[in-house]
Amino acid sequence: MKLLDRLMPASGIRQVPKSVTIHAVLLAYTVIALFPIIVVVINAFKERRAIFRDPLGLPDSDSFTLVGFQQVLLRSDFGLYSWNSLVVTILAVGLVLLLGAMAAWALTEYKFKGNLLITFLFAMGIMIPIRLGTVSILSLMVSLDLVNTLTALVLVYIAQGLPLAVYILSEFVRTIPKELTEAARCDSVSEYKIFFCVILPLLKPAMATVAVFTMIPIWNDLWFPLILAPGEETRTITLGVQQFVGQYVTDWNSVLSALTLAIVPVLILYTIFSRQLIRGLTSGAVK
Amino acid sequence: MTPSNQHDEKKPFPWHLVFFLGPGLLIYVVFSVYPLLDTLVLSLYNEQQGQSNFVGLQNFITLITDDTWSQAFWNALGNNFKFFAIHMLVQNPIGLLLAVLLSTPKLRLSGTYRTLIFMPTMLSVVIIGFVWQLLLSPIWGISEDFLYNIGLGQYFDAWLGKEGSALITLAFISVWQFVGIPMMLIYATLLNIPDDIVDASVVDGANSFQTFWHIKLPLILPTIAMVSILTFVANFNAFELIYAVKGALAGPNFSTDLMGTFFYRTFFGFQLQQGSASMGAAVATLMFLIILVGVMLFLFFIQRRIQRFQF
Repeated sequence: MKLLDRLMPASGIRQVPKSVTIHAVLLAYTVIALFPIIVVVINAFKERRAIFRDPLGLPDSDSFTLVGFQQVLLRSDFGLYSWNSLVVTILAVGLVLLLGAMAAWALTEYKFKGNLLITFLFAMGIMIPIRLGTVSILSLMVSLDLVNTLTALVLVYIAQGLPLAVYILSEFVRTIPKELTEAARCDSVSEYKIFFCVILPLLKPAMATVAVFTMIPIWNDLWFPLILAPGEETRTITLGVQQFVGQYVTDWNSVLSALTLAIVPVLILYTIFSRQLIRGLTSGAVK
Repeated sequence: MTPSNQHDEKKPFPWHLVFFLGPGLLIYVVFSVYPLLDTLVLSLYNEQQGQSNFVGLQNFITLITDDTWSQAFWNALGNNFKFFAIHMLVQNPIGLLLAVLLSTPKLRLSGTYRTLIFMPTMLSVVIIGFVWQLLLSPIWGISEDFLYNIGLGQYFDAWLGKEGSALITLAFISVWQFVGIPMMLIYATLLNIPDDIVDASVVDGANSFQTFWHIKLPLILPTIAMVSILTFVANFNAFELIYAVKGALAGPNFSTDLMGTFFYRTFFGFQLQQGSASMGAAVATLMFLIILVGVMLFLFFIQRRIQRFQF
């Protein structure tokens, strides 16, 4: 672009309004993207009357209240739901990363019969949603006596996350220089040690990308918690909020507070990890 | 894997292969591949009082032609295509526009815009559904007041509650949430376009629109095709938004029914109709075929694009 400025100095005059237009459009869309979320969050802290009288106003000393949050925590087990979501997500993502890295390593490093078939099998899973097998998954879980357990969810989410993990990690394994593993083999280091001590540490950046891609759909999923683990004890946060809002739909304070409780932790995590997430989205995923 | 295998006589049994590949493959096959294949098989059976009989394609014929089923099926399928069309016509062009604007060289705050615009995508569809249900509620009146303030008040309606507008409104909610995905993927591709190509076209006297149309657009077409597949698969698999806002009945009068909610109702039953595993499997099989055909069409399209670039 320096070239452009040098060749066409006149364009400097036009560039000011152009960049203003760009900023105006982007700013307008940013407002559209954030406005609904902000409205819900600020109204969660207001009294019922203030919610209706002045929905866009910030809570002041008169209208500020936490009654909605009290009601939510009183009427439902939000702590338990969040804990369930956390356990399921961490276990599933952790296992997807470990098992995915192991499978990606095996499929790219070793030549064996059926390699191509297994690679193809995993590739199919990227496009075909696991949801379509729900009828059989449910009967499988019934026969394994896993209905209403977090184990059922973890197992399904591992199966859901593995295809993309294997794909992205395989691409990454291919970029690791062969000399590294050849050298280790010459020193008669075992295959296990090569993987865990040499390869796995190198895969860390790719694993961060995979972790983000795997985590979001699991945390936000409603389908499998609804079908496989709808019980009070195993409810995840998404299902918990859905049930709560459905039940107390006329209690505006409670509904707004429940939504805020579900939104805020995700937004805090997002703000912390957004750099990493966007780097993952803009590099690993596309190629 | 038998000991008589020539390969194995030379080398010891590849235990490390079993160790590395076994656990992941086992879980994937048992909880994803097998259920999917089993669903396809189950769709050819009819279950009554615990007995299952092979009925061939009867379930599909019932779905497509039987009066009680076919109306709901074609309705859901048609709605799903509308839902997809709105995403393709609104979500992806807006995503493209935002990506092009974001990739303007030396744009200040571009990182901030990117992060904030992508934010809704991170949240659960269920939460987003409820948020918009509140915002569009005539009881709360935020949207109504807003439209009055900009002079369009007479156009306000209880969009989510009307048969004619509920599906379109839900599609727009979904577009609003997911516009960040096409934006991000196209943005990434735009960043990877080498500066020299763009500079060369500028030297040749192309204006910024010509540069975009003749240089950048052809290079991001494969990404747009990929975004389209992702949109297609996600749309024909959508369930949460409709279920959260409208319930499993996808009201009013099934006007927001998609394949996902139709599948759920068929499998679990609703009101007086009993749930049926085999009919549910038949619906899932049709969804599988639709997604498969769509993916293959798009792959064919991408493949041709890539070939065109090579020559």
